[in-house]
Amino acid sequence: MPRWGMAVDLDRCTGCGACVTACHAENNISTVGADQAARGRAKHWIRVERYWEGDFPDVTLKFRPVMCQQCDNAPCEPVCPTYASHHTQDGLNAQVYNRCIGTRYCANACPYNVRFFDFFNPSWDKPLHLQLNPDVSLREVGVMEKCTFCVQRIKSATIQAKADERELKDGELQTACAQACPSRALVFGDLSDPESEVSRLSKSPRGSKLLEDLGTQPKVTYLSKDA
Amino acid sequence: MSHPAHQQINRDLIRPLLQTSWRFYVLVVLPTALVLAGLISWFSQMFFGFGISGIRWPVFWGFYVTNFVFWIGISHAGTLISAILRLVNAGWRRPVTRCAEVITVFALMIGAMFPIIHLGRPWLAFWLFPYPSERLIWPNFRSPLVWDFFAINTYLTGSVLFLFLPMIPDFAVVRDRATGPRRRIYSVLALGWRGTPRQWHRLETAMQIMAIAIIPVAVSVHTIVSFDFSMAPVPMWQTTIFGPYFVAGAIFSGIAALLLAMAALRRFLHLEAYLHPVHFQNLGKLLLVMALLWGYFVFNERLVTYYGNEPAEMAVFWRTQRESFAPLYWTMVICNFVLPLVLMGIRRFRTITGCIIASLGVVLGMWLERYLIIVPALGHKYLPNSFGTYSPQPVEIIITAATFAAMILLYALFAKVVPIISMWELKAGEHVSPDLIPPATEEHPLGELHL
Repeated sequence: MPRWGMAVDLDRCTGCGACVTACHAENNISTVGADQAARGRAKHWIRVERYWEGDFPDVTLKFRPVMCQQCDNAPCEPVCPTYASHHTQDGLNAQVYNRCIGTRYCANACPYNVRFFDFFNPSWDKPLHLQLNPDVSLREVGVMEKCTFCVQRIKSATIQAKADERELKDGELQTACAQACPSRALVFGDLSDPESEVSRLSKSPRGSKLLEDLGTQPKVTYLSKDA
Repeated sequence: MSHPAHQQINRDLIRPLLQTSWRFYVLVVLPTALVLAGLISWFSQMFFGFGISGIRWPVFWGFYVTNFVFWIGISHAGTLISAILRLVNAGWRRPVTRCAEVITVFALMIGAMFPIIHLGRPWLAFWLFPYPSERLIWPNFRSPLVWDFFAINTYLTGSVLFLFLPMIPDFAVVRDRATGPRRRIYSVLALGWRGTPRQWHRLETAMQIMAIAIIPVAVSVHTIVSFDFSMAPVPMWQTTIFGPYFVAGAIFSGIAALLLAMAALRRFLHLEAYLHPVHFQNLGKLLLVMALLWGYFVFNERLVTYYGNEPAEMAVFWRTQRESFAPLYWTMVICNFVLPLVLMGIRRFRTITGCIIASLGVVLGMWLERYLIIVPALGHKYLPNSFGTYSPQPVEIIITAATFAAMILLYALFAKVVPIISMWELKAGEHVSPDLIPPATEEHPLGELHL
């Protein structure tokens, strides 16, 4: 059974935001417009957090891409009254949109704030409505949504490999954000394969988990800048 | 000063059922308008999308959940007053029990609306019910929201029974006096009550059982409501003190609500001969005790957090203590602690007016308490990038106002169809039998307390 995970090399991240755009395009995440975004309704399954350090003009800027950490011990899962948020067999933290009734409890329980609520029915400015991904369902008003590690890509690649009667190769399967990252800061792969790049990076001494002390056991490893 | 005689009791307490003044219509029309406005707001929230509320990333719970906890808290009025005072057989409880039990039932009904109102897809709320689904899917029994569902339903069922049982003999009295269709309705409600010794015995037994059963249910309900917060890894939420803290706060706000209801009934239904200042004083003392208990819990919660000095928790701590939420926080402390302590602690101020002022303060303060538990913590979790604030939008404010109107409306309608003071219990208090307890008087402010 694969165990999907990701490594984020903060040394390589330039904060360009290509991952955010790619994620929006791949996962049919509706845009809400500047007005609603200012009111906290934007949905970025992956976001690039910017942290400024020092006083002007002597400032440095640090980036940290944050997406669902696909926790092994996810606080969002036990609180959901309908099992909309649940753990799949291959360790993914899945969200069943059709089962969600919108208590938003999972979003409150999530320490990373990577869960998003659909405040309105989805809509796109023309011509963006022509580029929707047919593999990803649209979410109606009142449900929670979040990063799935591009589960549609995982599924189709797994099925294809099975049809070809072969194992999935490392790097054959990528999430949209990892694929779009020009500096290869995001690396996606199978953590249960000790040879995979993501396994190698996750074991790096530079690696740490986000808010590790909360005991959520994330499957995303951040490789720090200074080491 | 004692209570009026039997016939007088019947006349006085059935009068509101048979006579209607213009005040009643005002008391029905205005709240009805507000309740309708609330319904329209809720439907427009469903129609236009949840986005018309002020809920936002990262503050996903706001006014609605505040109202939910607040109203479930108010519902604890009935349990404490009725069940505990019945069990200790406190004589002064007699004119107070029913108006308390009614608050419980209506506040629970209103409170239980909010988990539905706040849903993103309220039309699917039935997925919280453990019904045998054709897809073999059950609710997630690990979720505190599902525990809420069971706790509130148990409490609502129990408190409806607890309210209804002692009403049966009174329904029989009304049945015997009413005419026409009213007589038929009250006949059904009286369940064939004839007042035989066997019936009395069964009623007393049933009430004894309910009084004992409802207390642990009430305590568990608000503990479970507190679990909604204390089970989530949110700074200042994850604490073991929330269970007792919420229960104490609930009883506290419940007593305040009861005092307000009693003051209103006394004035509008002219029940001065039944609700004496001594009842207000006794409840005022209870309010004082609960204010002290509440103060202890808040101090305890705050001190432990401060001493622990955990960074994420301290951020929320200072946010409420001296930053953006400080004005609300200190208003809460004044309303919930200083005001009741002064007004109820000094005998001279423990009058009906004093009780009304203190109760208004406590109701406001307890609402603020719930708001200050929910919003500052959610807007300030762990990652500074995802800090945020919340400001309520008109739809939430109207729905909140509508719930208060709904309470007034339901209460007014109830007092119109049911004697709001238990007639037979008052009469039972009049007997000079050694088994029965005399009512409260100036000389014996607690009645005669048999333990």
